[in-house]
Amino acid sequence: MASAAFTVSSPAASAVAARSKVLRGGKGEARTGCRVGITRKNFSRVMMAVAVDISRFEGVPMAPPDPILGVSEAFRADKNDLKLNLGVGAYRTEELQPYVLNVVKKAENLMLEKGENKEYLPIEGLAAFNKATAELLFGADNPVIKQGRVATLQSLSGTGSLRLAAAFIQRYFPEAKVLISSPTWGNHKNIFNDARVPWSEYRYYDPKTVGLDFEGMIADIQAAPDGSFVLLHGCAHNPTGIDPTPEQWEKIADVIQEKKHMPFFDVAYQGFASGSLDEDASSVRLFVERGLEVFVAQSYSKNLGLYAERIGAINVVCSAPEVANRVKSQLKRLARPMYSNPPIHGARIVANVVGDPAMFGEWKQEMEEMAGRIKNVRQKLYDSLSAKDKSGKDWSFILRQIGMFSYTGLNKTQSDNMTDKWHIYMTKDGRISLAGLSLAKCEYLADAIIDSFHNVS
Amino acid sequence: MAMCSRAAAAIRRRGGVALAPPHARAMASLFGHVEPAPKDPILGVTEAFLADPSPDKVNVGVGAYRDDNGQPVVLDCVREAERRIAGNLNMEYLPMGGSIKMIDESLKLAYGEDSEFIKDKRIAAVQALSGTGACRLFADFQRRFLPDSQIYIPTPTWSNHHNIWRDAQVPQRTFTYYHPESRGLDFAGLMDDVKNAPNGSFFLLHACAHNPTGVDPTEEQWREISYQFKVKNHIPFFDMAYQGFASGDPERDAKAIRIFLEDGHQIGCAQSYAKNMGLYGQRAGCLSILCEDEMQAVAVKSQLQQIARPMYSNPPVHGSLVVSIILNDPELKSLWLKEVKGMADRIIGMRKALKENLEQLGSPLSWDHITNQIGMFCYSGMTPEQVDRLTNEYHIYMTRNGRISMAGVTTGNVAYLANAIHEVTKTK
Repeated sequence: MASAAFTVSSPAASAVAARSKVLRGGKGEARTGCRVGITRKNFSRVMMAVAVDISRFEGVPMAPPDPILGVSEAFRADKNDLKLNLGVGAYRTEELQPYVLNVVKKAENLMLEKGENKEYLPIEGLAAFNKATAELLFGADNPVIKQGRVATLQSLSGTGSLRLAAAFIQRYFPEAKVLISSPTWGNHKNIFNDARVPWSEYRYYDPKTVGLDFEGMIADIQAAPDGSFVLLHGCAHNPTGIDPTPEQWEKIADVIQEKKHMPFFDVAYQGFASGSLDEDASSVRLFVERGLEVFVAQSYSKNLGLYAERIGAINVVCSAPEVANRVKSQLKRLARPMYSNPPIHGARIVANVVGDPAMFGEWKQEMEEMAGRIKNVRQKLYDSLSAKDKSGKDWSFILRQIGMFSYTGLNKTQSDNMTDKWHIYMTKDGRISLAGLSLAKCEYLADAIIDSFHNVS
Repeated sequence: MAMCSRAAAAIRRRGGVALAPPHARAMASLFGHVEPAPKDPILGVTEAFLADPSPDKVNVGVGAYRDDNGQPVVLDCVREAERRIAGNLNMEYLPMGGSIKMIDESLKLAYGEDSEFIKDKRIAAVQALSGTGACRLFADFQRRFLPDSQIYIPTPTWSNHHNIWRDAQVPQRTFTYYHPESRGLDFAGLMDDVKNAPNGSFFLLHACAHNPTGVDPTEEQWREISYQFKVKNHIPFFDMAYQGFASGDPERDAKAIRIFLEDGHQIGCAQSYAKNMGLYGQRAGCLSILCEDEMQAVAVKSQLQQIARPMYSNPPVHGSLVVSIILNDPELKSLWLKEVKGMADRIIGMRKALKENLEQLGSPLSWDHITNQIGMFCYSGMTPEQVDRLTNEYHIYMTRNGRISMAGVTTGNVAYLANAIHEVTKTK
C-alpha cells in the first residue's frame, strides 16, 4: 500500500505491490503491502527498522530531453568529419571554438589582483552592476534614469530576469495574460507555465515570405484583452532572426498604448545584433520615450560571452521613483525564496568592464567583431546559396535577418535530412545558429540546404 | 515636483494610483496597487550597525564568518582555486543540472566517500543556487510530484525556509524544537510532534548547527528520531548549511545524515558552500534526493532540471569551479579542511571565552548553553527588550530574538560584549 502522503499513479506501482513482502516490525506487527527496503548487506544493522514503503517517487516520469540541448549531445556523438553544429546558441570563432572575450579575461585578472571578498550581495545584486546595466540599456542620459524611475535587480541572466518578472505578474496582475510571439524561444513558455501565468501567441513568423507577419502581429495584439503583457524581443528575434523595422516598432507601440498593454522586452543580444549597443536598444528606448511603463529583461550571456556566469537584470520602468521603490521591494521579495541573492562573479566582470573607459571601448570593439563575423557568414551563405541554387529561389531573407539565428524555412523532415544525410545539427524548426558557422563551411551548408529544400518534403 | 509621499499613500489606500510627476510624461502607473514590502529584519540590523558612528559598536547580527579582526575572510584554498580559473576556462553553459564534478564531490561529502548509494547511482543530484536554491528546487519538486504533501518546519528556523515553501505553494506546519527554559532541545515535544504528524509527512531537519538556535540533537537523539521516522514513514529533508563549519570535522557534522541513511531512509539533502568554503556570494550548493534505484534517480534528476530550466536555465559556473578544483585536488582539499577547522575552532574558542567572561563577571544566570550550542549562532535567551538595551546603550547589534552570531565575536570585543550582556541580564 502506498504511503498516505501521496498517490502513486505509475503502472509500475501495482507490479511493485505484487512483489511486496511482509516484514515483522520491531513491535511484532505485520505490515502488509510494504516493499522490503533492506539489502542483505545491512540486514543485521536494520533488524529493528521497519520496512520502507513503496518509493514515494515511483510516479516520477522521465522528463523529455531538452530540444535544444539534445542537439549538442547528438552532435558530440556523431563521428563524421563533416559534422557541423548549428544548434548551439553560443558564439563560436571562425575556427568554431568557444570564445572568451579578451576584455573579460582582463577583468577577471583585475578582480584576482583586487582580491575582493565574496560576501553576500544584497538581494537586488551588485549596485555598480545595476547602475551600469540600466545605463547601458536606456542610455545614461535617459530621463527615466535621471529621475530614478527604474527598478533594477541583478538576476540570473535572461531566464532569471524573465522568471522574476513572471512571478511578479502572477502576484500583482493575476488576471493578466502574456502574449508571446509565434514562434519564440522555447523556454519562454516554460517560464510562464511554471510561474502560472497564462499566455497566448501572436502571429509573428510568416513562412511564405520567411519574414514578419506584421498584420497578423498587430491584429493579434489588438484582439487581446486590455492590459495584457506583450513579450517582445528587443533585437535579434530568437529563433527567426526577423526584427520589425523602426516604422513597424512605432506601429507596435501605438497599438500597445491604445490597448493599455504592458510592453515586456527580452533583450538577450544588445550589441550583438547590429554591433552597436545603442542601435540594438532603440526599440526599448522608443517605448520608454512614450512614457510607458515597461519591463525589460537583460542578459550578458552572448554580448559579453558570460553564458555560464548567469548575469542579467530585470528592469521595470515606472511612472515615478516611489513606484519604482515599491516594485523593487516586491521583486526582492520574490527573489529571496528563489535564491536569496544573485551570484557575484559575473556582476563584477560587467561592472569592471563597463566602469573602465578603456575596457568598455575594447568590449565594444570585440562585440563589433563578433557581430561582424556573423554578418560575414550570412553574406557568404547567401552568396553560396544564390550561386548554387538554379531554381531562382530568393534567399535574400538570410541577409534581412539579424543576430545569431536564421530561420531557414526548412520544415522538420527537411531539417532531419540536414542531420541524417549531411551531419548538420540544428533544431527541428529549421533554425540554424550562424554563430556556429564558419566561412569555410558555408558552401557545404549551402549544398545541404538546397538539397533538403528541393529534394525532401 | 513629485507628489508628497503622504498624499500618494493616501491615494493608494483608497485603491487608486499615485499620479506621475508631470515632467515624466507618463501615464498613471499600473503599479498603484503594489505595496512596499516589509523590511527584512536581519538586513535592517546590518544597516543600523553601519549607520552607527560609535567606535565601540559590535555587529553580532551578521550571518557571515569574520576573523578575529572582524574582517570577512576569503580562504587561501579558494584564492588558489581562483588563480587557476582566472581568464583560462571558457564560460560555456553548464548542463542544466550543473557541474558533474562539483556534484560528485558534494555527494561524497554528504553521503560518505565510499557510499554505496553513490556506487549504485541511486542519488539524483543537481547543482543549486546555494542552500536557498536547493531548498527551493526540492519544495517545487514536492509541489509538482507530491501535491498532497506538506512540510513540517522546526520552531524556530531560518526565516527564509517559510518563504521558500510558501512561494512553492507547499502547505507548512511547524514542529517543536527549541526549549526556551533550558535553551536546549525540547526532545519530548519534538518526538510528540513526529508521532502525531500524519504518516508520510515531510520534515525539514537541520543536519548540524541549527539556525538560529545552535541547538542540535545528540547522536542518541538522532537515532531515536530516525527510528520514529521509520515507524511513521516520514520523509527527512536535511538542510546542511554548515558541514565542517560546526564541529570542524565534516564527517562528524554529517553524522545525522549518515544515521538516517543507515536506517534506510530515502533522504533529500540541501548543501551549501556559503559558510564552509566562504563562497557566500557565489551561490554554490547542491540538492540531492536518494532514490530507489538508478533508473529512478535519472528520472528524478531530469525533473529537477525541468524545474531549474524555467527559473535560471543552468546554474552559475564560477562557484562550482572553485568547489570542484578544491575538492578534487588532495593538497587543496587538505588545506580546505585545515581552514574550515580553523574557522570552527575560532568560533568554539569565542563561545568558551564569552561564557567564561560572563561567569567571571558573576552573572547569576547559567550560560552553559553558549558552549552547548554549536555553529555560527547562539540563542542567548535574552528578551527583545534586553536586546534593545544592548543596541541602544552599548551599540551591540543583533536580531531581537536574542540570536548572537558568534562569528562577530572577537578577542577584541568579547569582554565588552560579556559585560554588556551581564549588565542587561543581571537584574532578571
